[in-house]
Amino acid sequence: MRKCELTSLDKVFEKISSLSSLYLPVHQKNGAEFKKWEKGVKMSDALNTNRSAKDFFFPQAENLMEFKTEGKNIEVIDTRKENEDFVLFGVKACDVKSFEILDRVFLVDPVDTFYKARREKGVIISLACNRPSETCFCSSFGIDASNPEGDISSWMDDTNIYFKANTEKGEKLLSSLSDVTKECDDSSADNQKQKIKEILNKLPLKDLDLSEFGKDKTEKFFDAPQWKELSDTCLGCGTCTFVCPTCQCYDIKDFKTNDGVIRFRCWDSCMYSDFTKMAHGNSRLTQLERFRQRFMHKLVYYPTNNDGLFSCVGCGRCLSKCPISMNIVKVMKALGGKQDARQ
Amino acid sequence: MPDNETLIPKIGVITDVRIDTPDVKTFRVVTPDGKKAFDHKPGQCAMLSIPGVGEAMFSITSSPTNTEYMEFSIKKCGCVTDWLHQAETGQQITIRGPYGRPFPVEEVFKGKDLLFIAGGIGLAPLRSVINYCRHFRENYGKIDIVYGSRSKDDLVDYKEIIDEWVKDENIFVHLTIDNPQDGWDGHVGFVPNYVKELNFDTNKTVIVCGPPIMIKFTLEGLCSMGFDKTQVYTTMELKMKCGVGKCGRCNIGAKYVCKDGPVFRCDELDELPDEY
Amino acid sequence: MQKITQKMLIDKAVSLLDNGTVTKVLGWMEGQFKYDVSPFVFKSKEALEKGFVFNHFCGANVSKYLVKETKKDEGKILVFLKPCDTYSFSQLVTENRIKKENVYVVGIPCDGMMDISKVKEISGDGIIDIEFKDDKINVKTLYDGDKEINANDALLERCSNCKSKKCVYYDELMGENGEVSDSNRFDEVEKLEKMSEEERFNFWQNELSRCIRCNACRDVCPACTCEKCVFDNPKSGVENKAIADSFEEKMFHIIRAFHVAGRCTDCGECSRVCPQNIPLHLLNRKFIKDINSFYGDYQAGEEIGNRAPLVDYTLDDIEPNEGVMKGDEEDA
Repeated sequence: MRKCELTSLDKVFEKISSLSSLYLPVHQKNGAEFKKWEKGVKMSDALNTNRSAKDFFFPQAENLMEFKTEGKNIEVIDTRKENEDFVLFGVKACDVKSFEILDRVFLVDPVDTFYKARREKGVIISLACNRPSETCFCSSFGIDASNPEGDISSWMDDTNIYFKANTEKGEKLLSSLSDVTKECDDSSADNQKQKIKEILNKLPLKDLDLSEFGKDKTEKFFDAPQWKELSDTCLGCGTCTFVCPTCQCYDIKDFKTNDGVIRFRCWDSCMYSDFTKMAHGNSRLTQLERFRQRFMHKLVYYPTNNDGLFSCVGCGRCLSKCPISMNIVKVMKALGGKQDARQ
Repeated sequence: MPDNETLIPKIGVITDVRIDTPDVKTFRVVTPDGKKAFDHKPGQCAMLSIPGVGEAMFSITSSPTNTEYMEFSIKKCGCVTDWLHQAETGQQITIRGPYGRPFPVEEVFKGKDLLFIAGGIGLAPLRSVINYCRHFRENYGKIDIVYGSRSKDDLVDYKEIIDEWVKDENIFVHLTIDNPQDGWDGHVGFVPNYVKELNFDTNKTVIVCGPPIMIKFTLEGLCSMGFDKTQVYTTMELKMKCGVGKCGRCNIGAKYVCKDGPVFRCDELDELPDEY
Repeated sequence: MQKITQKMLIDKAVSLLDNGTVTKVLGWMEGQFKYDVSPFVFKSKEALEKGFVFNHFCGANVSKYLVKETKKDEGKILVFLKPCDTYSFSQLVTENRIKKENVYVVGIPCDGMMDISKVKEISGDGIIDIEFKDDKINVKTLYDGDKEINANDALLERCSNCKSKKCVYYDELMGENGEVSDSNRFDEVEKLEKMSEEERFNFWQNELSRCIRCNACRDVCPACTCEKCVFDNPKSGVENKAIADSFEEKMFHIIRAFHVAGRCTDCGECSRVCPQNIPLHLLNRKFIKDINSFYGDYQAGEEIGNRAPLVDYTLDDIEPNEGVMKGDEEDA
């Protein structure tokens, strides 16, 4: 384990960014966002970023290719450039876990090469959560916010930041920081872990019961009467899906430019009315069906295909961002039959 | 460009356009150097696109045994299909694939009597299987084909059916149209009813494709005749974008139609939530 | 002024259900943290007593749900509307989007609703409980102990610039009706108008570049009730869900602002729900301010049946070129 005094954290940032681009949470008018570090940029002390870290691997919109057409002929142009190496600093345990969930979609055969190219270039430095919010429920999904995964894990106390490498990529990066960090034992980081664990134990959503959900529970929940009331006032917007670190549905569209066509992909949402709309019909006609799809996918369908792993990491973004404060926790409680105020 | 690129298509050239019915045309597609774009299995699909118009999934209607080109029978019903219907030979499009789980022609169908049931454009995905089985005729038992459409003019591949299929020994083609029509002396009536009238013995594997309502009633009819759902295969269509089980659109329950389908055995469909 | 409590609203709802005036009640359902209430349609006394809440966080404008609810053949629906919600309601009635005969409106006074993110700026994160008092709340947190916060110090933007405390439509009023406020709501617009073109462009570019095209602003907006939105129509040419180049997202918000011009009551829901905290209300307010200066003061939704100046031709209407000149003078 290595450490660095918080007062010289900028030296670590400076060193990393001399090797590759460094992105970290920075305070913005609208909350924290990942921004490129340059001299003078201060890391935000907010618990988490407004938007999740999935943007780095699966951006909101990306060009896939271009076409040039002439008469009856078409030319396909692969416009990709070599992806640059980058380091993501300060990723929280929930977002780190989300990468595994995305990997199981994009990296299974046939591999999504656009995603893979970015994933291979990124080094993740996670940061333990000193001040989790009441909206956090990562522990329900077996995620330990006091001990985050990542290529390098880090912990911060009042005076120091501590780094531990977990992967080969992490070792390599950490060894390049030997000038700006010092060797240390695990005791201070362990101490901080312990402090965080105590806080995690006080969080109001720490005891969510997931035992009812998971693999092969489609029949149990698909026709549950609760869906109607849960979805009744859903606006059908895409906020929950777009702030979600694990939502990965996308659309592919063409955009005509002055001298050709760009085919791009962009985030899409199963909450949108046109998501499954075809020329001759729509398999999900009402918001109830769309709403159900999103939560069934996270709590049942994804686990069925992925050894029981849920496709939610409990980051709490949907809890704080949904315009009507409907969210996966309320859904789980209502479907699980606990604390159900609805009649 | 690496070969395993899933979203980046190849160029295809339309070398022949055949008018099948007032709203169905069959397009022959090869690569610019005149070859077949890729190998496929019966029942698999390909993504065709016209840059600036869009991309859509179509079943490959030609048989895998055809090593020269692929064919797609396409009904005019949306942006991409409207555009294709105006295309002339020599027009380039893009093509990627093959996608999806094919019909188990080797694993299950081999050695069995086969009953194909199709309605309207539903013949398109079955044509690939029928011609595959005709090619390897010795591997399959008796073949019955029940095919119906709104009218005689709406029967897809009519010429091939009359000129080739009905002339084959041990292949029995039963055609029907919804309403009586001048110049038609064949059967009149809906496909599900005709299937019941024909009173097939149940020692067959059934492959059915057509409008959802036709599939529903045909399946009910088959079950009442004593067929088991495990004997019946169908192929599905849902909105698709990526074709490789990632974009999320064709997700039903834990399945993705583009990769776990489009071919399903009917008892497998019962395990899916009712959302198709 | 008489304070309206949650209990008074529940009692009112129960009595109207009991005497058969209404068959259901549109209100706010209790959440998990006191502040995360959800709009909800209650159908029984038991449901109301178990989950109906009314507190400082009932900011959601529920009037738009009446478009859907009044189409159902389920009898009358009771709705509690805050003064600013009544403007949206009467605008929707004017546009024939709500069947008024299927609604029983109870107007309730409002001293402004709170913004949880502003509360957290004061109290810190980790809220484990909130106690409500008349014009303050007591926030218990995991990290920074208890904090008493004045409601006025953490109001939603639209409430800190409240345009009216007057319910403009109701079947019944609880408490006393308020007055149209002397609001400073155009101050921010004026600041934007005083900017140079380049500064203003940069301002909006910075704000709108954060848009994630989640459509929350559109979907919550009581003025956006088209059966088929232009942005969902592939043939419109503007339906792209995301940026193919950065121009797209600007188009989205500009088109939307034009579509609701003259009908927007300035309810502020667009800014309240934006997950990226884009001050979308400023676009709409600019339109309102311009309409006021070109055609005389006009408040959408002030009265059922009012014709908006933009859809009402009079001989005195300002000529388009005069409008441009007038705009230029004000910009200068």
